[in-house]
Amino acid sequence: MLELIQRAAVHLLISLSGVVLATVIGVVIGVILTRVPKLAGPVIGIVEVLQTIPSLAMLSILLVFFGLGNMTAVMAIFFYSLLPIVRNTYTGILALEPALLEAGRGMGMSSLQILFQVELPNAIPVIVSGLRISLITAYGIVTISVLVGGGGLGRYVYRGIQMADMAMLFTGAIPICLMAFLTDLLLNRLEQKLLHR
Amino acid sequence: MMNKSIAILQKNWPLLQTAFLEHIQISFFSVVIGIIISVPLGILLTRLPRLAKRVMAVMGILQTVPSMVMFGLLLPVTGIGKPTAVIVLTVYSILPILRNTYTGITEVSPGYIEAATGMGMNSLQTLFRVELPLALPVIVTGIRLSSVYIISWATVAAIIGGGGLGDVIYTGLDRYNHTVVLMGAIPASLLAIATSFVIGRLARLAIPRGLRREGNA
Amino acid sequence: MVTFDNVTKSFSGHTVISDLSLEIPRGQFTVLIGPSGCGKTTSLKMINRLIEPSKGSIFVDGQNITKVSPVDLRRQIGYVIQQIGLFPNMTIEQNIEVVPRLLKWPKEKRHQRTRELLEMVGMDPKEYLGRYPSELSGGQQQRIGVLRALAVAPPLILMDEPFGALDPITRESLQDEVKKLQTSLGITVVFVTHDIDEAVKLADRIILMKDGEIVQNAPPETLLAHPANDYVREFIGKKRMKANYDVDLVREIMNPRVVTTTRDKGFAESINLMRKRNVDSLVVLDKEGRLEGVVTVENLRAVAGKQHIAQIGEVEMKSVPTISMNAQAREAFDTLITEKLPFLLVVDSKDRVKGLVSKTSLVKALAGVVWRDDEDDE
Repeated sequence: MLELIQRAAVHLLISLSGVVLATVIGVVIGVILTRVPKLAGPVIGIVEVLQTIPSLAMLSILLVFFGLGNMTAVMAIFFYSLLPIVRNTYTGILALEPALLEAGRGMGMSSLQILFQVELPNAIPVIVSGLRISLITAYGIVTISVLVGGGGLGRYVYRGIQMADMAMLFTGAIPICLMAFLTDLLLNRLEQKLLHR
Repeated sequence: MMNKSIAILQKNWPLLQTAFLEHIQISFFSVVIGIIISVPLGILLTRLPRLAKRVMAVMGILQTVPSMVMFGLLLPVTGIGKPTAVIVLTVYSILPILRNTYTGITEVSPGYIEAATGMGMNSLQTLFRVELPLALPVIVTGIRLSSVYIISWATVAAIIGGGGLGDVIYTGLDRYNHTVVLMGAIPASLLAIATSFVIGRLARLAIPRGLRREGNA
Repeated sequence: MVTFDNVTKSFSGHTVISDLSLEIPRGQFTVLIGPSGCGKTTSLKMINRLIEPSKGSIFVDGQNITKVSPVDLRRQIGYVIQQIGLFPNMTIEQNIEVVPRLLKWPKEKRHQRTRELLEMVGMDPKEYLGRYPSELSGGQQQRIGVLRALAVAPPLILMDEPFGALDPITRESLQDEVKKLQTSLGITVVFVTHDIDEAVKLADRIILMKDGEIVQNAPPETLLAHPANDYVREFIGKKRMKANYDVDLVREIMNPRVVTTTRDKGFAESINLMRKRNVDSLVVLDKEGRLEGVVTVENLRAVAGKQHIAQIGEVEMKSVPTISMNAQAREAFDTLITEKLPFLLVVDSKDRVKGLVSKTSLVKALAGVVWRDDEDDE
């Protein structure tokens, strides 16, 4: 039981690390793209291609650079999460009513103040939506990362498949599905709440 | 190091070729079966809006189940091997296509439907001449998404004996041989990127000029 | 042509049309008008069974429409919808041929008809057949929408606020075209609008509705001269030009209702138009709405009787000074007064006529400034 809790915690931790890293960098990239629209096409294109790479292939390629272990999984999650977060930040800010920005400017806000007090707060619901998708994808990647020496609940699933041991498989599968389900539910709620504030 | 890698590549070349073709085969079948199931189902759901909501919710939950878990869950039902791989992959391919068919059609502006009805089209004529053509770009996007996912999940299918490029990666990981790992990973990535690109291009050709958005042309 | 016999329609307990009886005469242009929610669109859509009445019956050409399958009924009635009627996935040709195809016309006949229709409104088939709606301007799109409804030459056409989204000049010219087509083809048109000017311009008969009932059913002249009650009077009067106060640009004070014509318009028709609109000159535009010149009543009088002239294009035109719509209003007034001109034409950056500025505009703008408080209270 203790092992299960430990593995679940590790699973969550790896997923969060990758997603948080991607959020910090992705939001910055997204904001830069709204300021330098010329870059938006190419950058989003590259990030899109990154996401097209099959997850096991991504893990395997990163394995060459980061070696066996959790770091490879964190990096894979980071690359996958970039697309939803960069794109959602970018479109979230672009979709803002010009009147809002004008109001901000009219009240004498500097462009940094507009960013932090108008643009980002209004883009947050869309960013949260990106976060939700990223986290759910991340649980799947951590599961697979057992093949490149990653920790987490994937160990149970993998061993279950190898030994045709259903009990073992479910020990891993149930918490993973539960985590995915709860994440979907909670972040969806948060998103709705933020939207209807 | 370089020479050694080339030697490994040469030695495994036929194996790689087989795996590559196998990968394409599995993915292709899964997506085609997926299209055959999900497009009509999606159309049907647009006629049953109440059921549609529930089906979409269930589909949404299914899609959050990680691929490896899904393979494991079906293992006792269908056993080890390619059929299981194709079944699981088909189930996965249904989701994006179904969802996009459904939303693509329901998002067709009611004005067009009213025009069609008002001019005397029956509901099948409206479907085939107005709704489906207008939803086509969205449906094709679903097929593209689906194909990319399937190529990705097909690599994972190797752990249940699905074959394909996942087998090569898997073998490489087992032997802790980076060259072999990349021999599977790089072609799999290129296959996914190329598929996405080609379907994207095909879609542009298939979409009537009048529907292409400006700036994308 | 169309008869409503004690028709009632309610949506989930709420009555939209109550006990409506109505006779729409054959070969005439009937306009249903009223504020939103008055039941005019519902009434229209009941004619082609897009909406079914709750009670009562409707007859088209003497036949109870519930006895015909809705699909067959609709194929015999032309239908023009608000703004987005054209299917964006079809070319202009395919759009016009929708109903002919449904009726399984042979290819030859379809093609010939489509070409004929385009030529009828002066659009070159070679240029337009293969285009998609997105490649046309809003006015051209709606013109195709009208042609599409005419494709199988139906005796009856329903139009649901077809020109609502167009700019004033395009709207004006499409109205002219539709009216012309209706008279020359002798078809029956039922037209829904909320714009009294449009109704007065087009209608042989105006049916003013309120809360699902008919308030007045009369020819436009009668409606204007003898409003049945205060409601009608108010409805007619609501469209009065609103004075603009803090004016400084020409576009804000110009009168957008320029009486325009094109070179191919008939001589007699133009004189008629001048008389009807009570003006002494017509602005001649080309197909893009650009200024060609002005024909005055003197120009017309000079040629009348002397030689046979069929089209306005053959009459000598006067060139008139123009001013940009973004110029200062003061500049327009100065020019008017110093040059002693009757009016100035207002054009946009592409030389398209958008309106005119006359001494009346000047007076109105001044009045607005002088009496702004009084007007505000109104």
